Parts: sequence; structure tokens; C-alpha cells
Amino acid sequence: MSLLDRTARDIRDEVTAGRTSAVEVCTAFLSRIADVDPRLNAFTLVDGDRALDRARTIDRRRAAGERLGPLAGVPIALKDNICLRGMRTTAASRILDTFVPPYSATVAERLEAADAVILGKTNCDEFAMGSSTENSAHGPTRNPWATDRTPGGSSGGSAAAVAARCAPLALGSDTGGSIRQPGSFCGVVGLKPSYGRVSRYGLLAFASSLDQIGPFARTVADAALVLSAMAGLDPADATTAREPVPDFQAALTGDITGVRVGVPRAFVSEGVDEGVRRAFDEALDTLRRSGATLVDIELPHAKYAIPVYYLVCTAEASSNLARYDGVRYGHRASLSRNDDLKTMYNRSRSEGFGVEVKRRIMLGTYVLSAGYYDAFYLKAQQVRTLLRRDYERAFEHADVIAMPTAPTPPFRLGERLQDPLQMYLEDVFTVSANLAGLPGVSVPCGFAGERLPVGLQLMGRMFDEATMLRVADAYERAAGWWKESPPI
Amino acid sequence: MKFDAVVGLEIHAQLHTRTKAFCGCSTSFGSPANSQVCPVCLGLPGALPVLNSHAVDLAIKAALALECDVQPESIFARKNYFYPDLPKGYQISQYEKPLALGGGLDIDAGGGKRVALTRIHMEEDAGKSLHEGFPDSNQRTYLDFNRSGVPLIEIVSEPDMRSAAEASEFFTRLRDILVWVGVNDGNMEEGSLRCDANVSVRPLGESALGTKVEVKNLNSFRYLRDAIDYEIDRQADLIERGGRVVQETRLWDSTGGRTLSMRSKEEAHDYRYFPEPDLPALMVSEARVEAVRRTMPELPEARRRRFVAAYALPEYDAGVLTQSAALADYFEVVATMARNPKAASNWIMGELLRAMKDRGTAMVEVPLTPALLAGLIVLIDDGTISGSIAKEVFAKMLDSGRPAADIVKAEGLAQNSDEGALVAIVQGVIAANAEAVAQFRAGSAKTFGFLVGQVMKGSGGKANPALANRLLKRELDRG
Repeated sequence: MSLLDRTARDIRDEVTAGRTSAVEVCTAFLSRIADVDPRLNAFTLVDGDRALDRARTIDRRRAAGERLGPLAGVPIALKDNICLRGMRTTAASRILDTFVPPYSATVAERLEAADAVILGKTNCDEFAMGSSTENSAHGPTRNPWATDRTPGGSSGGSAAAVAARCAPLALGSDTGGSIRQPGSFCGVVGLKPSYGRVSRYGLLAFASSLDQIGPFARTVADAALVLSAMAGLDPADATTAREPVPDFQAALTGDITGVRVGVPRAFVSEGVDEGVRRAFDEALDTLRRSGATLVDIELPHAKYAIPVYYLVCTAEASSNLARYDGVRYGHRASLSRNDDLKTMYNRSRSEGFGVEVKRRIMLGTYVLSAGYYDAFYLKAQQVRTLLRRDYERAFEHADVIAMPTAPTPPFRLGERLQDPLQMYLEDVFTVSANLAGLPGVSVPCGFAGERLPVGLQLMGRMFDEATMLRVADAYERAAGWWKESPPI
Repeated sequence: MKFDAVVGLEIHAQLHTRTKAFCGCSTSFGSPANSQVCPVCLGLPGALPVLNSHAVDLAIKAALALECDVQPESIFARKNYFYPDLPKGYQISQYEKPLALGGGLDIDAGGGKRVALTRIHMEEDAGKSLHEGFPDSNQRTYLDFNRSGVPLIEIVSEPDMRSAAEASEFFTRLRDILVWVGVNDGNMEEGSLRCDANVSVRPLGESALGTKVEVKNLNSFRYLRDAIDYEIDRQADLIERGGRVVQETRLWDSTGGRTLSMRSKEEAHDYRYFPEPDLPALMVSEARVEAVRRTMPELPEARRRRFVAAYALPEYDAGVLTQSAALADYFEVVATMARNPKAASNWIMGELLRAMKDRGTAMVEVPLTPALLAGLIVLIDDGTISGSIAKEVFAKMLDSGRPAADIVKAEGLAQNSDEGALVAIVQGVIAANAEAVAQFRAGSAKTFGFLVGQVMKGSGGKANPALANRLLKRELDRG
């Protein structure tokens, strides 16, 4: 098997045992990127020198008899909204086209401490706002399974990179489905941990109460490996949980006998593509055959999840993006001597932000304005509480909940750009996990139409990623879809 | 028409912490611009705030000192507005659920009253825009973010004050208390204590409140008084001339001695407050409040009462000595060591405070330790030196920091209690002042004082006055 097709765990074991060098691994993936990325545009930046330097250090340390970390020599790509000291970080926005952070995200530090090798930054929707990676200052990313289609979004670059074997692992961020939906579109595993499980320090905030960093991988076990390496309390992020971090690898027993899988039949009955429905039903069947029990559950408030989500996330975004004002860093409009401060703000922000980001800033500003706050923001928070209770009740009868990740297979580039509402509906099955803070994972569950990937979404109880990953892993083994590779 | 003024104050006090509210940067004043900054207080992308627990304890301390109710749960909120020295585009503050509610403070002005407090909330300071002082200041504004993220409390009073004098006393007492409990350094020049006033007027006897005007930039007690007086006059004048007060924010112009309009209600910001999602709710347990309470120094009022009761001091003395915690601490040590509270009080209120005032020194810088002053008092009380010599010793002690006993010994200032030597002086005085002695014998009592004076003079001021008295009387009786 080519190095490129190996899982992260295999690579780690090879490097640790000295059968393959970290440099060899790194070189293989760098040349794969050079080969296919011109067709995909999954990366916004590749720093081969830095990566090889790190790989050499790891090899040297191994030669010196040092014990290596759990991601020894495994290449990984970071979504371009995650800071790495000294590496340009743009969030795919013109307003940050020259921004180089003098600090690293906690996740980047923890991955490097585990001896992972960071290859570079991946493309995304600007400030993670979108479901297609088309809202990017660096141009759209293409889907490795069908290059005329989107890889999903907003973490489309990371999903495409893993699917195309440009990296065995990548990090994304998920605010309303931005890891799971591109995971589904690109036929890879995409994991959003429970809110508070992984530090957000160094993640360029979109919506602080919803954002969570998570991994892309080709297998559930690899995703679990990355989660173990980066999860846990961070003194730099007051919203990380004190919850102990279990050994997620050990949880993957393959045995799901008697596990109750809840299916919200009413909620998933409408607006779902025929091919997606077929793949989803087959996946449920596979789970049942593997020993799981299917139970019907109800989520009466799930139908409000999209409007609630777009009120909450735009409100927070309008505030989070206020710091991009052209004063201290990032894009500043060129001004003439008579222009005042307001002109500087207006012009810098007008030039720096793209259409979708502006739309959301305006929506969010409106939502928080005097006289509208109660009707929009406060009401949305109240419904959010109701939705959270729906899930609490559902989890009294079920151990995990299953849904399609996205209502459709990957759509064509440009197809939805003119229709933001249609684009927002892409998030119908994913946003509620963020609103409720719950963990969710998308696992490949086959194809719709002409080999377009479809994902099965599993959601778990708060901080119970272990059970969720156990079911996902058992399904993956039974179904075997993870062995498929895209034509690129 | 006669008018009644209504004044409420909003006071921003910097919490006296070593590090900032949400990051580990130093809060020290006067460092080179932008030398105390990090990704968090610069609002760099992806940086997150983490609450400084010491700042919370100081805020609780302030709340306890002002008799407020510390809330078991308070919530940080974002106050959104654009300004170059506000790096995140929002200030982290508290809005709907502040740290503490209620409380109040007694003042003497206006016949004595209690000014109620509305709330105390925690927030962070912004950076500083430097519009002046650079060669290209006509083209550019420079920014210094050293102050960005410094922890503050905002104390909001009810509109319970009726004059500039009341507001001024309230602010003075508030400052004294904050400094006393160690929450704030009281330094208004460095901006660690700032005050805004809400002022309105209404015709005397009218119960409804008039339209209020917020006056900003009152960074001294004088500005506060002057600005309120000016604003009361301006509003009263406006109404008398048939005009209407508009709700607005005004700025005190200290050079012009007037307030100037800054922005009207229509131009007021919509701050779009909402709960800060980066910080969990601040939970303050009963146990934490109690732990802070145990670290509280005795408050000035309680200490004043105790000084009267425990040291038998006059009310006046107790009031003077409890003006600052440092002075009161100093007194207690001297009083205890010298075993003479009234003497300690007299020396501190008299010689010590006068000397400090003359030299412009603060209490913390006084070279005279309480032990030194107590030593001096002991020498007077045991008869080693007289009161007049003691003043001389005091001055020398203040300059040199040497113990009184050393000075007395080295300079031979101990009073003369040697009966034999004194008798000789007394006999000499009687011999040399025959006329005065005759007058005394004829019944002129005050002549005795003159003769004592002569004895003291003859001894170079060192005669033990009591002994001199006794010997003079004896020798005269013999005569």
C-alpha cells in the first residue's frame, strides 16, 4: 500500500518503529499536494520547509532513542482560521491577507507536542461562514470526487485534502456543521467534539458559543487519535470543560450490541435527497445488523434550529468580527488626507470582507439592536434551551442519535451562491448539535447518484464522544466505505 | 424661580491588581507605550479572555466596604462600539447581572444623609489614544494599549445628592474607603479613579425628575464641584429663559470652566449588549464572600468609634487619626508601645502631621517609626526629659532617625533631677530676686511662676519641673 493510503495510526507506528522516516512520509504528502492541489485548491499555504524541518527533528529524536508522541511523524493540515505562530493565517478573508500571528492555537501546540507535522493551511469559507468553500478570498476548493462540485464547507479545504490523500489528517472548525457536512461531501470522517472539549484559543472566532475545533480523518480511529491528543481543559480558554478526557482509542471495541440508536423519523422525513435517503436507510440497517437497537425519537423543536442558529451565530459574529477594523492589523483602505476615522472603518471593512460575511454582520447587528434584541436574540436563546431539552429527553431513550449529515450530496460549484437561504438549509441536520453543545460525527455511508459521497451523522450525549465514536467505528468496520478513494 | 438639583455619580475605579483583568500583562503605570500587551489585550484574532480571580476578590471587597449585596451569579457582557483604542471592538463589562447591587454611603453634607448605591459591576479599561505630543500629531493619532484590559469597577450611585458639595463629599468618602481597603490607589492624575456626574434640576417642590445631562471628564475633586455647579446654573438659567434641557453627554472643559456638548441622545451609541460567550457566568459562593470579608481592614467609621471607646480619645482626635488607614495603624502602634494613647494622639496630630505637611511627605515615607515616637513619649512620661526638650529631640529624631534615648544621652538633654544641684540653683534664684520673693511673700501667687521660670532658665531647661517646683516652695517657706 502506498504511504498516501495509510491511516494516521499506521504511519505513526511505522515512524515510531523506524521502518519509515518522518521525512519520507512528509515528502510523499508534499509531492502529492504539489501534484493534485492545483486542481483542488484545498490549501491556502503549504510550508514544506517548516514541515520537513519538523520531520527531520522527529527522525533525529527517534534515532537518539527518544520516545515519540502519539502522532509521531503524521502530517496534518490546519484550517486557515487556526493560528500557527509565524504562519500566515487569513480565515480566507482579504481583511487578513497579510496577517501572521505571533502565537499558536492551543490545538496546534498540542498536535506538535504529540509530534504531528503541520503541512500548511487549508481553504475555507471566509471566517467559516458558508457551506461550500466558495466564499473564499483564495477561490473555491473543488471536490476530489467530482471537481465540478463543492467539497462542502466551511472546512472544505481540510475535507478535500484528506479525501485526496494530501494529508492523512486535518483540522477543521464546526460552528453549524462546518466539519461534518464537508466530511459527508468528501467521503471522510469529520468529528465535532462536545462544546468545551477542545480549546478554542487561537481559533479565529465566528460564533463563540457554537465554534468547536475537530479533526478530519479517513477512519474513526484516526479521528479519535487526534481528539485524544488535543482535548481537555485549557487555562487559556475559560469555556473548556474540566471533564476528564477518556482514552477514545480504547473505546473503539467494535461491539455495539444493545446500543440504542435513536432516529428522529419525523425530522428527517422531509427535504432529503433520494440518494441520501437510500444511503441513510442502508446505514441504519447495517447498524441494526451489527447489534444496535433502532428506536424512534422526537425532536419537536428541531424544525426551529435553522432560524435559531442564524440569529445566534450572526449576533455573535457581528461582535467577533468588529476587531477587524484596519486599525492594528489586517487590511486598511488607502485613504486621502481628508478622510476621517469613519471613512477608514467603512472603506477598510467594505474592501476587506466578502459578501456573505457582510450579510451576516448586518444581520447580527440588527439582531442585537435596541428594540429587536428581545424579539430575536433573546427569543432565539429561549428556543435554544428548548432544543437542548429535546435532546436531553431523546437521550433518555437512546445512546446515540442518527441522521443524515446533509440533506443532499455535493452540489455543483456556483449552484447555490445566488440563493443564500437554500445554502443555509444545507445545515438543517447539523446546526442543532452546535446549539445544544453535543458531539457529532459524520462517517461515510456510501454514495448517491454518480459516486457522490454521503455521510451518516451520529450524535452523542454531552461529553460522551466515546459511545458515539464506538458506534461510528463499528459501523465503519461493518460497512467498509472508508476504503474507497476518489478518482483524482 | 428656585431650583433643586439632583445629582448621581458613576465612578470608575481601577482595581489594584498586579495583572490585567483577562490576561497576565502588568498593570503598572508609566511604562513605555505598548510594552505591557499580549494577544489577549490587543484583541488579536483567536485570543480569548480568562478572568483574573484577584480582580474579582478586590471587586467583592469594594462591594463589602460599600455595604452592597454581592450576587451569587453575575454575567459578563459585551458592550459593542468602534473606537481605535478599543481593540476588540467591544468592551467586556457587566450589564443585566452585575457583581453587586445596593449598598450606600453616609455623608455629613446636606445635614447628614445616606447616598444609596445602585450597583457595582466589573469591566475592563480601553487603551489610550494619543492625539498630541508627536511631531506628526496633526496627521496621526498614536495608540497605547498598556491600559487596555486593566480591571475596573464601575460604582453607580442613586440620584441622591442635591448639590456639588454633597457630590464632592460622597466622592471623597468613597475614595477614602476604596483606598482604605486597598482596592484602589486613589490616584486621579494617573486615571485610576475617574468620575462622571448625572445632573438635572427641577423647580423647588417639584417631585418629578428633570432631564438629566451626563458630564464626563471630572478627574479632580475641584472639577467635579465646578462642573456640577456650572451645570446646575446652566440648566436653571435655560429653564428660566423658557428653554428646555436636552438629554446629552457633556464634557467638562477645565480651561474654559464650562461644560461642552459632546453628543446628544440621538447620537448616543446603541451598544448592543449581549452576554459574553467567551466567559462563563461568574459564580461567587457565600464562602468566597466570607473569605474576602475576613481580609477586610476595619472601616474608618468603625475604627473611629473604637478609638474613642478603647483609647478614651476625644471624638476630634479619633476623626483625625482615622483619615487614612496608614495613619490609624501608626497611631495604634505608638499608643500601645508608649502606653499613653492621648500623648500618642497629641504628638501625631501636632508635631508629626505638621512636620509631614511642611516636608510634603506621605505617611508611608515618614522616617520616624512608631517605635521611635513611642520611645520619646516614654522618656517624657518617666521624667527623663521635659516636654519642651522633647520637641527639640523630636526634630532631631525626624532628621536622623536615631532613637530619642540616644539623642538625649549624646547631647546631655536629660532633665536634672539631682536635688543637691537644683537646691543650689533655687537658692541662687531666691538670692538674686529679692523683690519678687518679697511680692510672693506678700501674697502674689503668680510671682511663683516667674520664679520657677528663673529656676528652669538657670538649669538650661533641664530641671525636672515638678522637682523644681517642690524645692522652690520648700526654700521659700524656710526663708
